Amino acid sequence: MSAVIRTNNLQKYYNPGEPLEVRALDGVTLEIERGEFTAIVGPSGSGKTTLLNIIGGLDHQTGGTAHIGDTEITALNDNQLIDFRLHNIGFVFQAYNLIPVLTAKENVEFIMLLQKRPKAERDARTEELLTEVGLADKMNNRPMEMSGGQQQRVAVARALASKPQFVLADEPTANLDSQSTADLLDIMAELNQKEHVTFLFSTHDQRVIDRARRVVTLEDGKIISDVRK
Amino acid sequence: MLIKLAWRNIWRNKRRTAITVASIFFAVFFAVFLRSMQLGAYGKMIDSVVRFYSGHVQIHAKGYWDDQTLDNSFSQNDPDLAVISQLDNVELTAIRLEGFGLSSVGEVTKGVMLLGVDPTTENLLMGLGDKIQSRALFDANDQSVIVAEKVAEFYHLSVGDTMVFISQGYHGSSAAAKYPVSGIAKFTAMILNERAVLFPLKEAQNFFSAEDRATSIAVIVKNPNSLKETASELRAKLDSSKFEVLDWEEAMPELVQAIQADGAGGIIMLMILYMVVTFGMFGTMLMLIQERVYEFGVLLSIGMSRFKLWSIVFLEGLMTTMVGAVLGVIGVYPLVLYFYNNPYEFTGGAAQAMREQGWEPVLPASLDPSIAITHMLIIVVISILIAFYPAITIRKLHPVEARRN
Repeated sequence: MSAVIRTNNLQKYYNPGEPLEVRALDGVTLEIERGEFTAIVGPSGSGKTTLLNIIGGLDHQTGGTAHIGDTEITALNDNQLIDFRLHNIGFVFQAYNLIPVLTAKENVEFIMLLQKRPKAERDARTEELLTEVGLADKMNNRPMEMSGGQQQRVAVARALASKPQFVLADEPTANLDSQSTADLLDIMAELNQKEHVTFLFSTHDQRVIDRARRVVTLEDGKIISDVRK
Repeated sequence: MLIKLAWRNIWRNKRRTAITVASIFFAVFFAVFLRSMQLGAYGKMIDSVVRFYSGHVQIHAKGYWDDQTLDNSFSQNDPDLAVISQLDNVELTAIRLEGFGLSSVGEVTKGVMLLGVDPTTENLLMGLGDKIQSRALFDANDQSVIVAEKVAEFYHLSVGDTMVFISQGYHGSSAAAKYPVSGIAKFTAMILNERAVLFPLKEAQNFFSAEDRATSIAVIVKNPNSLKETASELRAKLDSSKFEVLDWEEAMPELVQAIQADGAGGIIMLMILYMVVTFGMFGTMLMLIQERVYEFGVLLSIGMSRFKLWSIVFLEGLMTTMVGAVLGVIGVYPLVLYFYNNPYEFTGGAAQAMREQGWEPVLPASLDPSIAITHMLIIVVISILIAFYPAITIRKLHPVEARRN
């Protein structure tokens, strides 16, 4: 297997050199292989979200490097990062992921429109993805007309629409009930197993941790354990 | 998709959009209405002055404007003058001979303006026939005069009475004659209503011993917007050593100044109106940005460029503006149309003051489409200026910080 994500001595310090220096990430070195289903866990303030933000090209590191495939994402400028994210990374956030005025179909299609993909491809892929996440009958519903779990499933479909190298999910189940969480995890696990989509979660949720096949634990910005099940 | 997204976004908060649209609607409504009335009034002033007497363009013998004597007249048959009627924009020309003299009835005398006119042309130009209160308009070969209302009142004249005139004719000759009054005319312009005596042109030429002479040609143009071009064309085609050409703005600078002074007041009012609307629109934009920072953070995160994100917000502002502006224009049109067809008529002192200025005391609206277009453009420009705020905000927006919002 080849590494999709590689970080080398990744550091993120706030107020560096000052008495109130905070080391959100303190030398994180990590490799995520293609097709892995990995959970980044740890207490609040351990650096989970910071790590995902830097890997996702949403934030800049203080030191070290991060590569996505062959690209050193930590060396890209703001505009390059936006374009890189569009074509290489799928995002699922904690909540309010979707554009409220667009239907489920339009939300999924939106990312492909930004990628300037042809209409026929957009239509086919949107239908395929919404069917995979079990929402073929909700295509024309707006987010307000769907439950939180359904909205997160649309977010997963949208994340996959761009055919990314991996999907970053920042506490995707934090606002979901048990059944919705289980449904969402089933879908993501199935996509991971059947289509080898690489998922990287940050989570506190034991139900997610239980389903992950690799669990990386952070504490005070450092990896304290990395367990493959 | 961006347009669709922007259009749907503006209806996310229907009440706020409705309030914003309403504020733009009223701004455009009042701005277009006020400006239409103002420009309509100016148009009427200009038209009544221009149509009544000066014409859009005046042609004189060179030097007449500075020294208005009969010696600075020109031959009405000068072949050079044929070019005037050949211009496309020329609707009508009126040849006049103007002089001053002393009038007398019984033992009473009064200085009067003696004006030789072609009755047919003047009837077309200023509706002279409609202004005659007694009897009918004389014809070109009559040997009678039409007296202005106030002159007739001064002398207690009736139709059929006789007036005596004494003046200096062409090249210093003496001019004296008596004429029967064939009509009494009520002119809108006070200056004429108090002192004008109209002769048929030919009779005026006889009186002044100025056969075939004229002091001015008043030119009425078809399209006043091309007035300057027409005046320039006339200047180019007429021999400048013989003729001088003045457009009405040059002939009546005091009227231009009066309009400019009054117009400045109107523009200040409109500026205040637009300032209020600008703050309203800016407030809406401020709220719109603040409550959607998280959403912008998500969109930036998933790979939407800052320019596209700003474009959506810009389109939202522009669409809201356009909806308000178009509704404003549609809403104000019937009102403007009403006042165009039924001009407001002043009465009392205001009417008297206007008459003294030579203006008809009516206030019609202008239907000039450029008024609506201008005010729609002003609102659009305001909307574009306001769009700098989201542009700056989105440029500085950090996707992670935004999602923490």
